[in-house]
Amino acid sequence: MIKVQNVRKSFGDLEVLKGIDLEVQKGEVLSVIGGSGSGKSTLLYCINAIEKIQGGKIFVDDIDVHAKATNKDKLRQKLGMVFQQWNSFPHMTVLENVALGPQVVKKIAKEEAIEIARKELEHVGLGDKFDVYPTKMSGGQQQRLAIARALAMKPDYMLFDEVTSALDPELVGEVLDTLRLLREDGMTMICVTHEIAFAREVSDQVAFFNQGVIDEIGRPEQVISNPQKETTQSFLSKVLS
Amino acid sequence: MGGLFTPLSWNDTGFILTGIMNTILISGVSIFIGTALGVMVGFARAESNKVVNFCLGSVLDVLRSVPLIIQLILFSTFMGVMGSPLPPFVAGTIVLSLYTMAFMGEVFRGGFESVQNSMIVASRSLGMTYWQTIRYVRFPIGLRSVFPAWLGVALSVIKDSALVSVIGFMELLRTSEQLISRTQQPLEILIGVGIFYFLISYPLSLYGRRVERKNAA
Repeated sequence: MIKVQNVRKSFGDLEVLKGIDLEVQKGEVLSVIGGSGSGKSTLLYCINAIEKIQGGKIFVDDIDVHAKATNKDKLRQKLGMVFQQWNSFPHMTVLENVALGPQVVKKIAKEEAIEIARKELEHVGLGDKFDVYPTKMSGGQQQRLAIARALAMKPDYMLFDEVTSALDPELVGEVLDTLRLLREDGMTMICVTHEIAFAREVSDQVAFFNQGVIDEIGRPEQVISNPQKETTQSFLSKVLS
Repeated sequence: MGGLFTPLSWNDTGFILTGIMNTILISGVSIFIGTALGVMVGFARAESNKVVNFCLGSVLDVLRSVPLIIQLILFSTFMGVMGSPLPPFVAGTIVLSLYTMAFMGEVFRGGFESVQNSMIVASRSLGMTYWQTIRYVRFPIGLRSVFPAWLGVALSVIKDSALVSVIGFMELLRTSEQLISRTQQPLEILIGVGIFYFLISYPLSLYGRRVERKNAA
């Protein structure tokens, strides 16, 4: 379970998270929607300790993420993350990209790591790309590679930071299909996204972020189809029009 | 025969070969040491704060700005005056290595800084430690991107190694000077030396250009 309690985060004088509370149970999918600059991506960076927080607490499986004693590198093995930019390693083949984490971080033997990489790549539909260099692939393929790379660490949670925002429109579908696949596998996920229809379809909870606070959180039928707050209504009417 | 001067002959081949080997040796060793130091200096500059950067940068600026020939004479004279003169090869290698380091440092710094922060965040998010990220992501990507620039510096070091002749190291230029004073055939000998440097440098620079084009594509 991921628990976020009254989290505050500032960049200099700018407070981007002003007391965020939420909980994601095992097997649940939470989608985070909201305008740019509302702090939704920052929350993900705080959950896996890439960014420090100035107040509140975050727990992942009862581990206090921002406690001094917490081994952040170890913690991040539980949390797979995929970014807006796919960041595939250009000096390695697709297979090596995925095998690197298990090999280096988990010290798994090379053959075994390659085997894990093969399985994950086949799972995201890149079974024919093992020996290709990522720069030769489309953005959609590279994003699926990034997902496979994160999955190869066998994380308990996946964090997705606007993973379709940098893609050409015709490539968005294949990446969303991969996310649906993970949903079927029962993966616990937090998806920061602008794909409102997708969020409605796959989420157990939807949170609407507005200027560093959660204005509305609940079932997608409520937050997206029948929003109560005026801010949510106006945001949705803008993105859905 | 019997005159003061004797013309160039096949017997001089061994002597010339020694010069060639010494040129290759001192260039190779200096490029190797200079590259190793340059990677460290470049990394330190890319990673460290303003103060460290300023100090390191000043030293490198001096090394890059003072002509190599002056550094060579200064260093070897200095060691002599201090009472522990160094053999020309050692003195030459030290100065040439540091000179190489000064240029390589900037090359590698550029390479390390060219690796996008998001790439580093991505590898940290896999659970890799700071040093694992450097070893498996930052170094390989950074080093690869600077290969053409590295080759350019290395080529100029090979050519600059001729200056080590001024402190008495028997590299190609020095052997040729001695041959010239014996044979009085400067034209033939210097043209030969020039061709040698060209034969080493030109193919390498062609190769560098090819890699650069490939990287750009």
